[in-house]
Amino acid sequence: MKEQSAEKLRKLLQSAIEPLEERELKSDLWPRMLQRLDQQLIRPPWFDWALAALVLVWFFLFPEVIPVLLYQL
Amino acid sequence: MELLEHFALGDLEAFETLFRQFQGRVYAWILCIVRDAGTAEDLTVETFWRVYRARTRFDATRDFGVWARRIATNVARDHLKAVRREVSLRQNETTESSGGSAPDSAVQRDIQDAIRPAFRRLPARLQAVATLALIEERPYSEIAQALGISVAAVKSREFRAVRLLRKKLKRLGVEP
Repeated sequence: MKEQSAEKLRKLLQSAIEPLEERELKSDLWPRMLQRLDQQLIRPPWFDWALAALVLVWFFLFPEVIPVLLYQL
Repeated sequence: MELLEHFALGDLEAFETLFRQFQGRVYAWILCIVRDAGTAEDLTVETFWRVYRARTRFDATRDFGVWARRIATNVARDHLKAVRREVSLRQNETTESSGGSAPDSAVQRDIQDAIRPAFRRLPARLQAVATLALIEERPYSEIAQALGISVAAVKSREFRAVRLLRKKLKRLGVEP
């Protein structure tokens, strides 16, 4: 009885959810992949920004370190 | 050095070769779960982006296809989660059950109309299993491998999906 009911639900699901007619990939996705790679590789990671912000805050709070740092460079 | 080792070291040409070799399979698998060609294409690119990012963690002695399929399943599941939230919002606005005296085909249509959103509102991990097991009728072992869980866990998720779906349909006045 339980199995019959499960089978009924399966049939209902199969009729309600649209069947897939075309399962083949129609176009090559490599150009899109390259685009995605370019976008992501150009964007600096978030911790680079965080580090830069930290350095700026440090300079703002202790401006006397700037000449020391420049001398060291 | 073999192709997979080159890929793990970040060789873009090796990645391209793998991409071209596996894009069709990954796309078809994602399509089975999300059931929309455009979305499946986007998610295929997203999958390979995650594959590329995780290349250093890839063990070149293992099967690339299995690994990519597992990542694809996670990507598709993330998508289902997002869709589920949207469907929930829409569903809150319009929840109506059907009348009992309509002709058979109309009743059938009403039932189908009730099932679709109820199915889309299943938790993503249950929905993915239900789609693959109940609609696509894929073998449990294949689903288990793609999800990285045991066959028993797949059966359990399928059972929970069916139970939850029944409950949701009952609430909408449909008794499957």
